[in-house]
Amino acid sequence: MNDQTRIDQDRAERTEKLQGMGCKRKRVEDIRFTQGKGSYVDDLKLPGMLFGDFVRSPHAHARIKSIDTSRAKALPGVIAVLTAADLKPLGLHYMPTLAGDVQAVLAEEKVLFQNQEVAFVIAVDRYIASDATELVDVEYEALPCIVDPFKSMLPDAPILREDIQDKMTGAHGPRKHPNHIFEWMIGDKEATDAVFANADVTIKEMLVDHRTHPSPLETCQSVASFDKVKGELTLWGTFQAPHVIRTVVSLISGLPEHKIHVIAPDIGGGFGNKVGAYAGYVCSVVGSIVLGVPVKWVEDRMENLSTTSFARDYHMTTELAATKEGKILAMRVHVLADHGAFDACADPSKWPAGFMNICTGSYDIPVAHLAVDGVYTNKASGGVAYRCSFRVTEAVFAIERAVELLAHKLGMDAAELRIKNFIKAEQFPYQSALGWEYDSGDYHTAMKKAMDTIGYKELREEQARKREAFTRGETRELMGIGISFFTEIVGAGPAKNCDILGIAMFDSAEIRIHPTGSVIARMGTKSQGQGHETTYAQIIATEIGIPADDIMIEEGNTDTAPYGLGTYGSRSTPVAGAATAVAARKIKAKAQMIAAHMLEVHEGDLEWDVDRFRVKGLPEKFKTMKEIAWAAYNSPPPNMEPGLEAVNYYEPPNMTYPFGAYFCVMDIDVDTGVAKTRRFYALDDCGTRINPMIIEGQVHGGLTEAFACAMGQEIRYDEQGNVMGASFMDFFLPTAVETPHWETDHTVTPSPHHPIGAKGVGESPHVGGVPCFSNAVNDAYAFLGAGHIQMPHDAWRLWKVGEKLNLHQ
Amino acid sequence: MIPGAFDYHRPATIEDAVTLLASLGEEASILAGGHSLIPLMKTRLASPDHLVDLSGIGNLKGITVAGGDIVIGAMTTQFELIASEDLARHIPIIAETSRLIADPQIRYKGTFGGNVANGDPGNDMPALMMALGATYRVHGPDGGRDVAAREFYHGAYYTALEHGEILTSVRIPVPPAGHGYAYEKLKRKVGDYATAAAAVVITMAGGTCTSASIGLTNVSETPLWASEASALLVGTRLDKPSVDAALAAAEAITNPASDMRGPAEYRTKMAGIMLRRALERARSRTEA
Ligand SMILES: Cc1cc2nc3c(=O)[nH]c(=O)nc-3n(C[C@H](O)[C@H](O)[C@H](O)COP(=O)(O)OP(=O)(O)OC[C@H]3O[C@@H](n4cnc5c(N)ncnc54)[C@H](O)[C@@H]3O)c2cc1C
Repeated sequence: MNDQTRIDQDRAERTEKLQGMGCKRKRVEDIRFTQGKGSYVDDLKLPGMLFGDFVRSPHAHARIKSIDTSRAKALPGVIAVLTAADLKPLGLHYMPTLAGDVQAVLAEEKVLFQNQEVAFVIAVDRYIASDATELVDVEYEALPCIVDPFKSMLPDAPILREDIQDKMTGAHGPRKHPNHIFEWMIGDKEATDAVFANADVTIKEMLVDHRTHPSPLETCQSVASFDKVKGELTLWGTFQAPHVIRTVVSLISGLPEHKIHVIAPDIGGGFGNKVGAYAGYVCSVVGSIVLGVPVKWVEDRMENLSTTSFARDYHMTTELAATKEGKILAMRVHVLADHGAFDACADPSKWPAGFMNICTGSYDIPVAHLAVDGVYTNKASGGVAYRCSFRVTEAVFAIERAVELLAHKLGMDAAELRIKNFIKAEQFPYQSALGWEYDSGDYHTAMKKAMDTIGYKELREEQARKREAFTRGETRELMGIGISFFTEIVGAGPAKNCDILGIAMFDSAEIRIHPTGSVIARMGTKSQGQGHETTYAQIIATEIGIPADDIMIEEGNTDTAPYGLGTYGSRSTPVAGAATAVAARKIKAKAQMIAAHMLEVHEGDLEWDVDRFRVKGLPEKFKTMKEIAWAAYNSPPPNMEPGLEAVNYYEPPNMTYPFGAYFCVMDIDVDTGVAKTRRFYALDDCGTRINPMIIEGQVHGGLTEAFACAMGQEIRYDEQGNVMGASFMDFFLPTAVETPHWETDHTVTPSPHHPIGAKGVGESPHVGGVPCFSNAVNDAYAFLGAGHIQMPHDAWRLWKVGEKLNLHQ
Repeated sequence: MIPGAFDYHRPATIEDAVTLLASLGEEASILAGGHSLIPLMKTRLASPDHLVDLSGIGNLKGITVAGGDIVIGAMTTQFELIASEDLARHIPIIAETSRLIADPQIRYKGTFGGNVANGDPGNDMPALMMALGATYRVHGPDGGRDVAAREFYHGAYYTALEHGEILTSVRIPVPPAGHGYAYEKLKRKVGDYATAAAAVVITMAGGTCTSASIGLTNVSETPLWASEASALLVGTRLDKPSVDAALAAAEAITNPASDMRGPAEYRTKMAGIMLRRALERARSRTEA
């Protein structure tokens, strides 16, 4: 073995020992998660803790004539019953929403959706609390309700929000109707209209991204404990954004922020459900402040599905204009957004429709216009980003369905049409017609790899044969090929356009190296299962050469973690991951000075080598990070502060734009409407890959949720505003049996502005997956003249399509 | 999802259970595997003051061959139906159906007796028991009596059981050797009740159907025995016109609710499709 090989081998061994970026490090959190040893909010048991439960409205819209709590209060074990009358003097019967609206904590004069919170019973145990909710007598006068958002702004529509009836200017400008929330517009309307007026070919379709719910396995919950002596509140809860919750609690309770300790322990999934603030959190806090003992609130499954934060409910009139040859010239979209009874969307403050304006997708569309009208209805509020950045699933669904409709109209292959219109690699950074600057991408390469791998041409040939056989009556099965080429926008975000309640959407990392060379690092984000404890450690390991196993990652305690905006919208890696790299580099810079002092050379004479600084040209003269850490506490250079730690608050210069090419092959039994996914191939480009195994896990999970949304998951209401199917009997959460097999793949186009080039991946599969499934279903029926088929594509709805097309004997 | 308060009783004999139920009155419920009753209690659609658990009664479990019949104890679990060699040999459609009930965890706890006594049209066993011509053995304060499965179901959660009566066993005549059978169930996912399901037991001789019995699950307030549809098949060669006629007769007796599984018209049509597929499969299994 020559010297160079020995050096290379030694370096490879040291690199491997770090378990840094790029390796499939096993998830450290799984040791406790897979053994049932996680510690969740509901695991908390504090001395004297009481339990709260809600009295909820059976009506979708009704006036409250009276509330009589006397029977409930008389039940032994009941300590208190809170109603709006108790909260009003504290100014807490309403709370602010992230979208600039207010939301009832406990209904005062009216209830506006079924299961709305009307009273909060506090008792010595969960069972008594639940029993007592049945003893609160509420007299209602039912009112006509609005379920269909298209009826919200009719002249004779019942006025839902009497509390803001006279406020004809909302947080986002003028309101056209008492049930109107906002109108948001972007793009060049005149130029767009002009293109449409003269285009060869146009398509126009109402694309509905129906109402559903993120449904994490752990529901929303909190425990509030107010220390009357110190005047301090500790609040444990299922919070995706603990610091923001602390600020909100301070603002609405009047407690000084330093006297509020917010702790998010292990969280059993979030998917957007745990970003907002809920009545249960507020009531547990008020209960604890009033009673001076801890109060726990735990939502049950039906409450979770029917009250805290729905997703989607976007009704998107989508138009494309193109040449005969298939060059897209313009896009025009109008969205009617059903926000439910309160505008509790979890979007950055200036973005009432989230980043819906990413709807031009992966295509070089010269001009576009988007208008969004938000309206109130008698449904639960929310509009959260369900495993996606703000409204990005909706946007991608619109464009990816629209290009398919255009291809169909043109008689062109849907993949070919996409390729023809892709933004080219050399056009990046690319300025989109609706205002975004895409950081990087190589769409053609990704698409080609995907098409070659899946065998696209052969699949189309097989489909042609199958269609003929179907027409001849030889088979009752239809084959659909779904494509989706998505571009996401994640990592909110730059202070110039992103804030939450006025707080810029930076994120943070604080890293401390201990004298023995082990590390604790804390971030402003909060994992809900994404594996932050594993991946942040890998970033640090690579940056500063300390093994990931010697690095502990801690999140969720606002007393110890630096302020951050939390985890949602795939922002952890793009923002806090960047902060982590930058903080690590600060440490490394200081370490270099210490090493130079130790080795008695000039800093510039040192070079970095995996886990050490060594003297250039003298590889045997080096100091490892571990040695440097000791020196930092033991014998730092003169005039240098001892210690080795750094903090970084990272404000991203731009969003990141992950993308991917997805293909789905589906076989549909026309007689039952049952659709079977034969293949699903997902190529993701999320820039630099920190942990390929975790990426794959994220893709599997996101695709599974996409499959659910497209193929059956929904929150439906009947005409009286009764919420239907809000339990796991009906709400479609696929098990391993229903879930298709996933084939994953990747290309790597790093983000040019991110310190390690990473873009975020947790949500791509969901965003790209939903339209891919829907396109497969639509593609199966397209040759029969079905037109656009709305989601969800559950069996009975597909059977109805067959009925309409006279496919059944 | 929090049940109301209740007292729990665990008698050791059928007689004790019957006495207990008589003394506790209408507010007492029998508890078997709990996988239908407890969900109802958690949503407070049922709030019994007392639960009388049958799991302490030794002789309610087991599968025995008795002459030309098989007798299954009420507390036999759904898993045990799948595991039984006697059932596999004599009435394999029972295991086939059991495998389509809920999921493995539920089948380990859920009982055969609970499934047939529950009275929910979504349960899979009742229509099968009707198709097989089973007889239920029931014990009450006045002693024992037999009720035919085909006479047992009166409405949703409303059966021939009087309050205080316990279903102790089910006697099923073994179908002739070489019979064909199939249970076809359309459901949205594992653990779901049927959108529609059909149980078919037939015998064939020389290509002609010599007997047929059809049960339908979850397409009416009660499980259905499709007697007319069954009769239409006997004497035919199960050719398309005969099967079509049977399907039409079967669909005609359905009266499903519209729910999240689909509108009524869909569920009726699916009963027909399931029946067609069950007939095809049953026929392919006949040894004649
Ligand atoms: C998620 C889920 C999915 C399911 N899916 C299916 C499915 O696909 N198909 C299906 O058939 N079932 C399904 N079930 C129901 C399951 O099979 C139950 O186990 C069964 O319906 C009831 O049996 P049990 O022993 O659990 O009875 P219990 O729940 O204990 O009792 C049910 C009812 O029957 C009464 N009862 C029980 N035993 C007797 C007796 N010996 N005499 C008199 N009365 C009695 C009880 O008083 C009660 O009213 C599902 C259940 C769940 C939770």
